[in-house]
Amino acid sequence: MTDKPMIAFQDVHKYYGDYHALRGITAEIRAGEFFSLLGPSGCGKTTLLRTIAGFEEISSGAVLIDGKTMVGVPPNKRPTNMVFQSYAIFPHLSVAENVGFGLRRDPRSKSEKAKLVEESLEMVGLSGYGARAAHALSGGQRQRVALARALILKPKVLLLDEPLSALDRKIREQMQVELIKLQREVGITFVLVTHDQEEALVMSDRIAVMFEGEIAQLADPEVLYGRPNSRRVADFIGVMNFLPASVTDGPGDAVTAEVAGLGRLEVAPGQISSAPAGDGAAVGFRPETLTLLYEGQQASDREAPGTIDEVVYYGDMTYYDVRLDGTEKPVRISMRNVFGRPVLEVGTRTRVAWSPGALVLFR
Amino acid sequence: MAGKGESWLRSESAQGYALISPPFLYAVLLLAAPLVTILAYSFFQDGYLTVVHEFTLQNYIATWTDPIFRVILVRSLFVAGLVTLITVALAFPIAYYLSFGLAPNQKARWIFLITIPFWTSYLIRVFLWKVILGYNGVINSALESIGIIGPNGLIADPLQMLNSVGAIALTLAHAYAPFAILPIFVSLEKIDRSLLEAGQDLGESRWRTFLRVTLPLAMPGVVAATLIVFIPTVGDYVTPELIGGGKMPMVANLIQAQMLPLDNRPMGSAIAVSSLLVVAALSLVFLWLNRRFLKVGK
Repeated sequence: MTDKPMIAFQDVHKYYGDYHALRGITAEIRAGEFFSLLGPSGCGKTTLLRTIAGFEEISSGAVLIDGKTMVGVPPNKRPTNMVFQSYAIFPHLSVAENVGFGLRRDPRSKSEKAKLVEESLEMVGLSGYGARAAHALSGGQRQRVALARALILKPKVLLLDEPLSALDRKIREQMQVELIKLQREVGITFVLVTHDQEEALVMSDRIAVMFEGEIAQLADPEVLYGRPNSRRVADFIGVMNFLPASVTDGPGDAVTAEVAGLGRLEVAPGQISSAPAGDGAAVGFRPETLTLLYEGQQASDREAPGTIDEVVYYGDMTYYDVRLDGTEKPVRISMRNVFGRPVLEVGTRTRVAWSPGALVLFR
Repeated sequence: MAGKGESWLRSESAQGYALISPPFLYAVLLLAAPLVTILAYSFFQDGYLTVVHEFTLQNYIATWTDPIFRVILVRSLFVAGLVTLITVALAFPIAYYLSFGLAPNQKARWIFLITIPFWTSYLIRVFLWKVILGYNGVINSALESIGIIGPNGLIADPLQMLNSVGAIALTLAHAYAPFAILPIFVSLEKIDRSLLEAGQDLGESRWRTFLRVTLPLAMPGVVAATLIVFIPTVGDYVTPELIGGGKMPMVANLIQAQMLPLDNRPMGSAIAVSSLLVVAALSLVFLWLNRRFLKVGK
């Protein structure tokens, strides 16, 4: 992976009549990275992907691929290939004919092309499937055919439009891992559109979170999860607890927050994110950054007393909703289940260990 | 425990038979019975004013050795082929426009407009073509009034358009247009639009994508349209009679002549069965030629 941009969006706007679908997207996707566009439905992520493929004309701005402007370049002339949400497997062709569809103008001989097709099928784990009818394939197999069909053309960018959303959970998780491996193997820039935050976190080198036609945050998964730059991003990715806080500035860079249930603490400048206007200041933290203390256990940093409000048992994990003393809304705490340690009951008085470094102040 | 007969009457299969018996009766009385009657008659002998109910192959031998029958059959097939070619070739762009060129909320309105010719009876539409194409018809009068036809015009005498294969083909093509448009439209509607994007994404132009994706996927509709137009036009009776002026008889006119004026029902039946077999054979060959487009599943 290099820092050289493979795709550059320069103030991209897209209007559908009066509807402003993309509102000034400026971003770069690096060569060789696995990049995700993440957001709720209607946020413009698919539209943005389709501006790369050439299926959407942008209203203003520019899209560059490998340094060349793509304005006015039709999809068949772009160095991109796409895996469609529906996979778009040609039902009248065999698997091999589907995979070899884009090779028509390739000057190589028929037997070389056939070999290439077989290699591509092998790459996606479908060797020997070439002669099958495409319409007889399962969902997971269709997706593999769509992948092989796109990758056989060695595009500079592979575009994936929610490719996993139609698959069962098990196959989906398996395909996530396979896609990561495949991307590493071929070294092609992958751009994935997804509404599934977990999928984006698992697969991506970097993620752009989009709301209402704008990129809210563009960062690698750890930063996005650990230091969301707004409450909205924090809410969209994973679970985040919020506790109201009153904030005092100074002296200097230092910020002091008085947090309901946790008490007074100092917040470093790197932990401060923006909150939407109107919302009061709040601190946020992920469920796994808090720990329930069992009797006799000592907190390594700080602790706060509370009462267990709800217990949700997941097998490997248990989620506890704990109402900290002096607060109204319970916070969610996730605990890994350890053999021999009992799951606590609703109503139990407990202590919660926490650390100021793991939280984010939204103000 | 109830008796065997009673329990059968209440069984699911009995209810099933009860449900299908009206359409079954309909099919037997109105489809199978006439066909079987015609088939039976084709093997009977013609006596003067009566039909002799004795088995003979004479009608078939007479039919197939009669040069007139062959000329008329070939003409029928030629006219029907021409009509089918014209109709399907013109219907495809219309169906394509309906499916790809219109907003979804416009489609129903256009399909409604296409069915408007059906508000007028077939016979009257055929008559109208006679009025349009006739010696003193709409076209000739119009050309005369603007001076193209006339003593000093480009053409001296009014055009002789009726009583020709072309006029028959034109009339039939007009009558069968909606039957060709609708099946093609349906098969185009069923094409997942992302397939067309995929075609372009994989490096093909719009035209090439049309040839490699749209057209093969529309073939079931084209095949259906072809058969729907071809089969009934081979046996059309009214148009050759009225537009062809009886000078261009087709197979149905021949059958009618045998059945009624010549009162040779066995002969008419043999001609009917013969042409039915020819059309069936041609249809099967056509389906076989298109088999690779028709086996595509969901």
